[in-house]
Amino acid sequence: MNTETNYQVPTMADLAAKGETPEVLFWVGCAGSFDDRYKKVTIAFVKILNHVGIKFAVLGTEETCTGDPARRAGNEFLFQMQAVANIQVLDGYGIKKIVTACPHCFNTLKNEYPELGGTYEVIHHSQFLQQLINEGKVTLKGGGAFKGRRITYHDSCYLGRANKVYEAPREVLQALDADLVEMKRSRTKGLCCGAGGAQYFKEPEPGRKDINVERTEEALSTGADTIAVACPFCMTMMTDGIKNKDREDSVKVYDLAELVAQAQSL
Amino acid sequence: MAILQQILFVAALATAAWFLIRRAGLIRRAIQLGQLENRTDRPNERFSIMLRVAFGQKKMMTNLTVGLMHFVIYVGFVIVNIEVLEIVLDGILGTHRLFAPYTGALYPFLINTFEILALGVWIVCVVFLIRRFVTKVPRFQPEQHREMTRWPRTDAALILILEILLMTAFLTWNASDSVLREREVGHYGELSNVGTFVVSQFLMPLFANWSDAALVAFERFTWWFHILGILFFAVYLTYSKHLHIVLAFPNTYFSDLKPKGEMKNMADITKEVQLALGITQADPNETPAEPGRFGARDVRDLTWKNLMDAYSCTECGRCTAACPANITGKKLSPRKIMMDTRDRLEDIQRGWQQNGPEHDDGKTLLGDYITAEEINACTTCQACVQECPVNINPLDIILQLRRYKIMEEAQAPASWNAMFSNVENNMAPWKFSPGDRFNWADQVNQ
Repeated sequence: MNTETNYQVPTMADLAAKGETPEVLFWVGCAGSFDDRYKKVTIAFVKILNHVGIKFAVLGTEETCTGDPARRAGNEFLFQMQAVANIQVLDGYGIKKIVTACPHCFNTLKNEYPELGGTYEVIHHSQFLQQLINEGKVTLKGGGAFKGRRITYHDSCYLGRANKVYEAPREVLQALDADLVEMKRSRTKGLCCGAGGAQYFKEPEPGRKDINVERTEEALSTGADTIAVACPFCMTMMTDGIKNKDREDSVKVYDLAELVAQAQSL
Repeated sequence: MAILQQILFVAALATAAWFLIRRAGLIRRAIQLGQLENRTDRPNERFSIMLRVAFGQKKMMTNLTVGLMHFVIYVGFVIVNIEVLEIVLDGILGTHRLFAPYTGALYPFLINTFEILALGVWIVCVVFLIRRFVTKVPRFQPEQHREMTRWPRTDAALILILEILLMTAFLTWNASDSVLREREVGHYGELSNVGTFVVSQFLMPLFANWSDAALVAFERFTWWFHILGILFFAVYLTYSKHLHIVLAFPNTYFSDLKPKGEMKNMADITKEVQLALGITQADPNETPAEPGRFGARDVRDLTWKNLMDAYSCTECGRCTAACPANITGKKLSPRKIMMDTRDRLEDIQRGWQQNGPEHDDGKTLLGDYITAEEINACTTCQACVQECPVNINPLDIILQLRRYKIMEEAQAPASWNAMFSNVENNMAPWKFSPGDRFNWADQVNQ
């Protein structure tokens, strides 16, 4: 391995020991830390951060669950215990700006921590990537691997309806020069993948169909060979849906960060 | 004869007003059962939301055809009510078309406008009946939606039929009146210069062979039918899903201004958590507060706005049609959550009336109306909140019921309990060692 690909992942503890502060904290999230599939997204995003030379840091083992699934399930105590502890860590390091690849962490950190005393500038990695592209720090022109490839984007509820982030992920995909096709239900009408509200952590209630299968069928009907997502839970739900439909050979699910990293051969 | 009609009219008006005031008082009291919540901040923003969403019907226009049809009924309803002002004054004063002599050319212009709108309302109401009962728009059908029981369907049909009858009465009244004016029968002749009207002129041939007496009787009948119908409609509204025509305005004004993804914080719990983590110290002088209930079990635990939402719901089912759980056959229906909340309030009201204001029927919203299976199926995707044309928030109710279920009853699906314990002990919703959290970094350079 040559030195050019020697990517760094500094922790806040490292930087603090050196008396430095990062431009931005990358909040990895539980899925980004532990889920084998989403770890690839974390790594792709870290490579991009390294590539553009932004001074960032992660919390490493000091990061803990934001409490989102506990709160949505109804366990407010557990949520607040998590939140208050996280705020102490974040404030201890004087964090001002956070970027995360998880819309659930994004929503919780951005909208729900302020009332508990933790106020930060929080952006989602789709917005961050869009900014990098707009500022010319990431250039994707040149008809790369994605030129003419059919990609459909699945809106994450906690990015879209929850926080009105509809365009940033689409602009990132358009910058790939791909053929972006929309599902019938998109943007404000986007259909949930079925994972939100702590559904991910239990079996669904009895019904006719699983929500992820309903959504996957809709994605497949666009004829896209790539389903782009921007959320670890959408990622799992859509991947399972593709498997359910026996299409895992012809259709792939990728996160925006992976697509950008691929386009840059990172 | 004229004085008798005036007395009857004032009596009808007073009766309607009496019922209306009584019902409004009861509904107000029912809404006030809810917990306090301040929804008066940022008045300019609120006013602008009300203008766009309620007056402008912005969210109805996502489906342009249906949105425009609904808009016709809405405008028709509002504008035709100007004519009701004249009708009411005529009724009280025993006059006939009171404004006609004073308004000159404006009068036929106004009546022509009302007639075009009335025809529009008539046509749209017929189309809406067809959509419900002939082409069977799925969200209205009991086969797909168990909350669409007999009463909600009857209620919808009654409103549409009543509006068709009212518009028919208005147009045939104008037609018969025009014939009487042309024939210069009695006092009708005094207004012979008003002329005929744009829509009802085509109905006039129907009356060509009628005698003067029959025409006068018909003119009086349609006049009375129209105004009594409107008075009945006004009272009926308060028992019906159709109350949205009034409550849409305050309900959008008091909209939730937070981002849709933000859940309301529970300040009581923040206090306890800060004590538990040693961030604040207990104030020895503070008397411990009455331990409140965590989450909502009944309508009294919800906020007043949740309850106003319930009364504002017109059961259109756009929320349910967009609900991923409902689409895939789960029992959850956001519309049913709103209808159950309103039914609960109406049952409480009935209890007050029958057994006095302290009556408690021992029932609760969660359990007797809404089941755990329903609320557990919610993905909190906010599609229901997004879709509602009058900014009702069913999700807020679902989440408050969940809080009760978890924190007061400790009744969670087993795998949620496992997730809670993982978050608590492993700092992640899965059972991984917190020490392994940063292991992914080892793979970055592989």
